[in-house]
Amino acid sequence: MKEIKELVRKDMLLELRQKYAINGILLYVVSTIFVVQLCYGRVIDENAWIALFWIILLFAAFNAVSKSFVQESAFRRLYYFSLASAVSVVLSKIIYNALLMMILGILSLLVFVLFMGMPSFSMGLFLPAFLLGCIGISASLTMVSAIASRSGNNAALMAILGFPVVVPLLLLLVNTSKISLKTEIITAEIIKSLSALLMIDTVVVVLAVILFPYLWRD
Amino acid sequence: MIKGLWWKLTGLALVLYSIIAGQLITVPALPVIHETIRNLFYHVCMWFAMFTMFGTSLVYSIRYLSGFKPQHDVMASESVYNGLFFGIMGLTTGMIWAKFTWGDFWTNDPQLNGAAVSMMAYLAYAVLRSSIDEKSMRARISAVYNIFAFMLLVIFLGVLPRLADSSLHPGKGGNSSTMEGLDINMRLVFYPAAIGWLLVAFWILQIRARKRQLIQQV
Repeated sequence: MKEIKELVRKDMLLELRQKYAINGILLYVVSTIFVVQLCYGRVIDENAWIALFWIILLFAAFNAVSKSFVQESAFRRLYYFSLASAVSVVLSKIIYNALLMMILGILSLLVFVLFMGMPSFSMGLFLPAFLLGCIGISASLTMVSAIASRSGNNAALMAILGFPVVVPLLLLLVNTSKISLKTEIITAEIIKSLSALLMIDTVVVVLAVILFPYLWRD
Repeated sequence: MIKGLWWKLTGLALVLYSIIAGQLITVPALPVIHETIRNLFYHVCMWFAMFTMFGTSLVYSIRYLSGFKPQHDVMASESVYNGLFFGIMGLTTGMIWAKFTWGDFWTNDPQLNGAAVSMMAYLAYAVLRSSIDEKSMRARISAVYNIFAFMLLVIFLGVLPRLADSSLHPGKGGNSSTMEGLDINMRLVFYPAAIGWLLVAFWILQIRARKRQLIQQV
């Protein structure tokens, strides 16, 4: 536990010292949203709003998370290997990326609402689904970035490998957002969507913990 | 005498039988589908073969990670390539069928999305393999990706079609299953066809794996 906490703290300190990732990605998100606003005007159609929002967030996530293992050099990896266990390394990365992703997600939601307006979501379903989605996307992309970083570190591979892994989650999130637009939502529907998201999150984290040790050692 | 000749010949005979009998038997005249229902014998079998191949590759990936034997990696990767072949055949037969019954080569259907995403995942697997040079590293990392992607796809294909409101495929989204309404004549062709194609798929897999091992020995 202490190991994980220290590793998360280290990632945060690195981030705060450089301020490069979060600022760069925020600027990227804001400019994308601005471009969307220029092209579309204010979107009235709710389905287009949902699609655009999740696509923008997905690409922001790719940018934010893909650095997590790629930025670590081989020497530093060896150093961690001698200090910490593989499980705590991957868990700390997932926790850190999930936090980063939630902050990014909330900020880009605010900017998106500012530029494009807000459809009348029922917040009781949209917000939990949004947070679970951020956790799921960041956890699965963390795992993919660990895989991509062991194979010649190229960014193209990250996109190719990550896309099929994230698409199920993305479709589920778009579906859930569409459900949360309805004026009357049945409780069973809320439970069904949220439990599906929660299940995917759990499976991704469990698989990451089981499989990561095989990626970690040489 | 070739070892295991009997199951290979059975497979061939069943496939030949399904192709010939599939064209000759009388099929029930249904609205919209009409005579194209004969495609059931070919199209559905392709997907069965594909999923069996991907399942086989998952089993061999898990076995590779628990024992690190090179022949398990050969089997895992060859079953993926073989499954991709059957997947492409399934897509092609499905697209032709869709053109004649639904009026378009591609429709926005949960089943089709699932097929497309799983094909993408396994094409990404092929790209990942070709991007790593070192043999044992390639085997280990691609096995990890294989397990990770397969689990997500299973959840995806199991969860999303049930959450979706409608599907053009039978047995999903409230439609009745084909198997319930399937004519007895058609069952007599369909089940042998499925078994025959599975046997042929395993035969192809065996040949491919042997070829790979021969090339490696040279």
